[in-house]
Amino acid sequence: MTVSFRTASGGRIDRDRTIRFTFDGTAYRGHPGDTLASALLANGVRLMGRSFKYHRPRGVLAAGAEEPNALVSVDRGGGRWTPNLRATQVELHEGLVATSQNRWPSLSHDVGELNDVVPPGVFSAGFYYKTFMQPASAWANLYEPFIRRAAGLGQAPSQADPDHYTHRYAFCDVLVVGAGAAGLAAALAAAQAGARVILCDEQAECGGGLLGERDAVIDGVPASDWAASTLATLSGDKRVTLLPRTQCFGAYAQNFFGLVQRLTDHLPHPDPRMPRERLWKVRARQVVLATGAIERPLVFPENDRPGVMLAGAARAYVNRYGAKPGDRAVVFTACDSGYAAAHDLTAAGIVVSAIVDLRPGPDGPVAATARGAGLDVRSNAVVTGVEGRLGVRAAMVATIAGNGLVGPSERISCDLVLMAGGWTPAVHLHSQMRGKLRFDAEREMYVPAAPVEGSRSAGACNGTFGIAEALAEGFSAGADAARAAGREWSERDWSPVVSGEIVPDGGFHGAVPHDRDVQKVKAFVDFQNDVTEKDIRLAVREGFRSIEHVKRYTTNGMATDQGKTSNMNGLAIAAGSLGKPIPEVGLTTFRAPYTPVTFGAFAGHSRGDLFDPIRRTPTHDWARAQGAVFEDVGMWKRAWYIPRGGETMHAAVLRECRTVRETGGLFDASTLGKIEVVGPDAAEFLNRLYTNPWTKLETGRCRYGLMLNEAGFVMDDGVVGRLAPDRFHVTTTTGGAPRVLAHMEDYLQTEFPELRVWLTSTTEQWAVIAVQGPNARAVLQPLVADIDMAREAMPHMSVREGTICGVPARLFRVSFTGELGFEVNVPAEYGQAVWEAIWAESQKHGFCAYGTEAMHVLRAEKGYIIVGQETDGTVTPSDLGLDWAIGKAKPDFVGKRSLARPDMLKPDRKQLVGLLTVDPAVVLEEGAQITAEASPVKGTAALGHVTSAYESAALGRSIAMALVAGGRSRLGETLYVPMPNAAIAVTVVEPVFLDREGSRLDA
Amino acid sequence: MLLIRCPYCQTDRPELEFRYGGEAHVSRAQDPSSVPDAAWAEFLYMRTNPKGFHVERWRHTHGCGRFFNAVRHTVTDRFLATYRAGEPKPDLEALAREAAR
Amino acid sequence: MRFNALNLLRQAFGGNIGWPEQWRSPDPRSAYDAVIVGGGGHGLATAYYMAKEHGLRNIAVVEKGWLGGGNTGRNTTIIRSNYLWEESQALYEHAVQLWETLSQELNYNVMYSPRGVMMLAHNVHDVQVFKRHVHANRLQGIDNEWLTPQQAQEFCPILNVDPGIRYPIVGAALQRRGGVARHDAVAWGYARAASALGVDIIQNCEVTAIRRGADGAVEALETTRGTIRTKRVGVVAAGHTSVVMAMAGVRMPLESYPLQALVSEPVKPIMPCVVMSNTIHAYMSQSDKGELVIGAGTDAYTSYSQTGGLHISSHTLDAICELFPTVRRLRMLRNWGGIVDVTPDRSPIIGKTPVPGLFVNCGWGTGGFKATPGSGHVFAHTVARGEPHPINAPFTLDRFRTGRLIDEAAAAAVAH
Repeated sequence: MTVSFRTASGGRIDRDRTIRFTFDGTAYRGHPGDTLASALLANGVRLMGRSFKYHRPRGVLAAGAEEPNALVSVDRGGGRWTPNLRATQVELHEGLVATSQNRWPSLSHDVGELNDVVPPGVFSAGFYYKTFMQPASAWANLYEPFIRRAAGLGQAPSQADPDHYTHRYAFCDVLVVGAGAAGLAAALAAAQAGARVILCDEQAECGGGLLGERDAVIDGVPASDWAASTLATLSGDKRVTLLPRTQCFGAYAQNFFGLVQRLTDHLPHPDPRMPRERLWKVRARQVVLATGAIERPLVFPENDRPGVMLAGAARAYVNRYGAKPGDRAVVFTACDSGYAAAHDLTAAGIVVSAIVDLRPGPDGPVAATARGAGLDVRSNAVVTGVEGRLGVRAAMVATIAGNGLVGPSERISCDLVLMAGGWTPAVHLHSQMRGKLRFDAEREMYVPAAPVEGSRSAGACNGTFGIAEALAEGFSAGADAARAAGREWSERDWSPVVSGEIVPDGGFHGAVPHDRDVQKVKAFVDFQNDVTEKDIRLAVREGFRSIEHVKRYTTNGMATDQGKTSNMNGLAIAAGSLGKPIPEVGLTTFRAPYTPVTFGAFAGHSRGDLFDPIRRTPTHDWARAQGAVFEDVGMWKRAWYIPRGGETMHAAVLRECRTVRETGGLFDASTLGKIEVVGPDAAEFLNRLYTNPWTKLETGRCRYGLMLNEAGFVMDDGVVGRLAPDRFHVTTTTGGAPRVLAHMEDYLQTEFPELRVWLTSTTEQWAVIAVQGPNARAVLQPLVADIDMAREAMPHMSVREGTICGVPARLFRVSFTGELGFEVNVPAEYGQAVWEAIWAESQKHGFCAYGTEAMHVLRAEKGYIIVGQETDGTVTPSDLGLDWAIGKAKPDFVGKRSLARPDMLKPDRKQLVGLLTVDPAVVLEEGAQITAEASPVKGTAALGHVTSAYESAALGRSIAMALVAGGRSRLGETLYVPMPNAAIAVTVVEPVFLDREGSRLDA
Repeated sequence: MLLIRCPYCQTDRPELEFRYGGEAHVSRAQDPSSVPDAAWAEFLYMRTNPKGFHVERWRHTHGCGRFFNAVRHTVTDRFLATYRAGEPKPDLEALAREAAR
Repeated sequence: MRFNALNLLRQAFGGNIGWPEQWRSPDPRSAYDAVIVGGGGHGLATAYYMAKEHGLRNIAVVEKGWLGGGNTGRNTTIIRSNYLWEESQALYEHAVQLWETLSQELNYNVMYSPRGVMMLAHNVHDVQVFKRHVHANRLQGIDNEWLTPQQAQEFCPILNVDPGIRYPIVGAALQRRGGVARHDAVAWGYARAASALGVDIIQNCEVTAIRRGADGAVEALETTRGTIRTKRVGVVAAGHTSVVMAMAGVRMPLESYPLQALVSEPVKPIMPCVVMSNTIHAYMSQSDKGELVIGAGTDAYTSYSQTGGLHISSHTLDAICELFPTVRRLRMLRNWGGIVDVTPDRSPIIGKTPVPGLFVNCGWGTGGFKATPGSGHVFAHTVARGEPHPINAPFTLDRFRTGRLIDEAAAAAVAH
């Protein structure tokens, strides 16, 4: 295809090199420096997208981030599919593959366009709230699926994204957002003042609007050259970080900013090791916002046709990209900047047929200059419509008479209509920082009222439009910011001399008058969401008076451009309909992000195994080598069961349980939380934190400790050993360890600061090997050097310090199985070696290694609770039958007072019991509900639920534990567990199934 | 991401190092058993939850580990002061006046 | 004018100029029989049912900003009733049943879409907890079923059920009748229907004081639009309940936290249901417009800022990308925060207060939207009759004194 719409020369593209790319399968050529939009325009392609609701054909409206129409999907292969990219922001690279969206079967023939020809007004604002209601099921079954298919924009990727993303924290004295005139000047001043500066700009090339100026000269050099030399100065300063392709998308409390940098999307063959994007989290002492302004479209009939474009965008295309958006233009303007576009287009060889100036006379010097250049300037005039569906063929132009009437219209042939409705300062970040806005009534724009602490706005985003003024304001803001950040600098202000620019002046809000049949025409306010002037008036008519309501009812400003080109026009139309001035109607809230940000960039490296740290015990590798299956418990990986020779889980658990009871087993208990509680008042501290009494616990003895929260509910439990009068070894549940330590610290520091106690988390210092079973002592004895392990010398619930396998150890005689048991604590780094030594010894006795599932079964046979399984945050010690664990003589402990509240004393509280199924082969399901009746009617309140249920190898039948209302008074009763098929009859029993007298324990 | 000054470490550190601990100066009775149910519920559950200056507890969990108190504005999230546990509650009006200057 | 296809067509041909205001915007009268403070979904629903079912017509809703501008318009619109405790089940199921015909009841398409809400289990403890819910729900006649990972993926094809991921999905609980609705429409629909019954809906009217008589009972509200005399006030001011109740001298067991949500740019349908993972803190659905609607956790500290930290939304998105790896290249379009008031047991408070004539409906935490019709319905009963409806009788303020909590959160907490 011939490149027919390139300017003869100029622009910032590299004409010496050619890039090949495709759009909807057609091959085109462009140059380095092009965006997809500029390259398509240069190839004569006008039609780039379809709108959301009416599927109207659309061309490119803008040249930057505010683009609502030209949305494309880019496919880089291998799952690198990205929908909804703005063609104005896609940098051209060799081999780029782009496709249009939201059309079927093709962009030029889209069936969805039928929506545009249904009787006008049917698909008006909020129509879907008024219909699709009969019958009740039809919405979800019929209408909604249809609407969903029609809605959406691009296709989502169908494969996982192979790219990766990264994060970086940064700190600076001055963050400058936007590298146009004001931003460059601010960075220059701040850097000269010695500040550490970060300058970011969303575009590939820094310079902002200066890059699109043709005639402007700054202190004697062309504007773009000034930008280049300033950038060279800044990049030579090691205190300055320049970040092009970096959008500052969000401002958070205390001058914290989110920036996202595009790293590889513009490269033809990126190194796959490169991150695609980097999220910068910047803490800035001071920030200078130099985010520019966004040009407003004019709202007139058919203002959305391909070839209708913002005037500033057209300037950027011809001046910066060397691309001609058309051959023959009509410029519709309410702002002097429209004249700049007319001159630049003329210089690029585009015929400007007319400048249609909405403003009444008398003409100023800008118009006079244009006339002097031979341009047809019409004041007090409007464009009343556009001919052409897939591309502009002509504009209808009329004059506004003295009585306000419009017409008649004159047809002017053209293929391009520019809109210059004035400029809206981009105050987004200022507003995100909770900065107030002030409505400048004379210029009809919102500008920052006063800077937020630590910030300054400069240039167009502050309502300062001229290059000279923006440079001066930026420089001064940069210098002030550096000083506020603590840099001493006495440089005076800078007053650059600028010539050759037309400073934007004037503008228009709302819908322009026309002579067309209101019923039949559409004048667009929000292009992407197809919100028309009439929609906004309808919303107001229906009583939506808040601008937030108007936005939500019409969806104005809710498209992917977030209203950058539509909010102010929508606001003005609403205000007009309400008969109120704009500031009385108010603005919608500006929210992050300024432009959409990739999910992956937020996630960064937090994916796969790095999503959350994995905690492994010292013997993890041993267990894995034995074929253990692991379960996740919090961040831990715990051996769940260790199958042998293709065993099922069921078989493995039964075998593990049987082996432990018959001879013994080894269990990795390292994940249990461990806290060293030390100090002269340690016993008193535990008295207050646990229900149990601790003062009289002898050194060398252990006690089961029960911990409540202040509301009286069980929050944790564990064995506590006294190693010395002032030293306790406290164990907690696996998941509860951090919570328990935080709870202890809280009380120690804030309620009982007088107690001399120190707390240390030792969970990861100790490997814990549980040796359980009738032969536990026999296995350990040969390995223990200096501890008398005899039955009487070291009774159940005692602790000794000594040496095991030559390693210093704490040996606990404790049991969570009901068997004779020991828990060997050795320093974690010796964990695997000691485990292997014990394992070797244990093999003489036929021990197995058992996992958490067998552990659960074994403890349930003994009626030992597991916090989090038998309890759920609503259970008291008494509910669990653990009154014996409460130190009755203690005046106070955490949770004690709450246990005296009325509801805690009720007899019908749910209490822990055992359940035996009438059919011993049936294993109940954990979580199943319990009722008095076999066939409860719907809505019957359950008596309780099954907390644990297992097949017990030792008992040769199933067992279960449950919380049942008034359970302890129901022993012997038959209750029911209703299941989907039938109820299961159960008998209520004591929750101890094996060795109630504890003889095995005491062996 | 708030930046919080730990009054022990005397440095400004990011929020991720800290854990919020709820309203400050809610003190536990010396003898809870003598507290009536309603007053006990007040201690356990009732909170000022102001829209404005909030006196609250934080713990420098991933730093010195100490609890301290802070005065923060709950609309702007701006901290006016942080001070050590056990120190008296500051005069909020005076702090607000100082902040406004 | 009725909302229906015929009127829609008729108006379209007439230039849509015949549509009346959806609700009146009168100036406040000097006195009402009852005033609801808070013009969100719950408050408007309350007023609607007070007028419709209890015959109170001389009532008003006062709203400090715009209708539905609080959490009604800031949430992720999830609806479900598969709660654990019977009290909660009754309350939320009451709401679901009202949702099922709400569009017809209000003559306003609130787009209730029972697409199914699937809650993911990632470990043995989750399985125990969710199965407990399934069994408890079945007993109450509330649908909730257990799915294997494969069944879960069939229900939501973009879900990653690879057993090798950091927190693999080991099963899911599915409530098919759960789903989503269009949040703004709920507020507007109730406002329109209430207004038609004579309820005065007064926006930009902030309550500045609650006046009480010598007997302590409510006498009047001072507002930015003047004094309104009334002996009955229902406070439904989610997020700001503590602030309003403080005006009457009532301290509440509430803390207000920022809760963030976000949406992606719209894409063609990929997500046929709602998926929630409490364990890794993420939930997602897709709106009719095509946006992926994603909910994050609350921030760690109380705040009324309606924003929240960058790290919170980042953490949510890393979880989302793990569960749904094909969405990693999609982009966040909009991120916002609401203010949720949270009770110690994560269940709401709906009932009387120590101040005669003053009623409160609050503490919905992160889950209030789903309850909107049910909450309004039972609170209307409470305010109109001065006594709670049987469904909200357990949700008293007094439960924090007696210890009779309804703790939905504790049961899900991870331990062992």
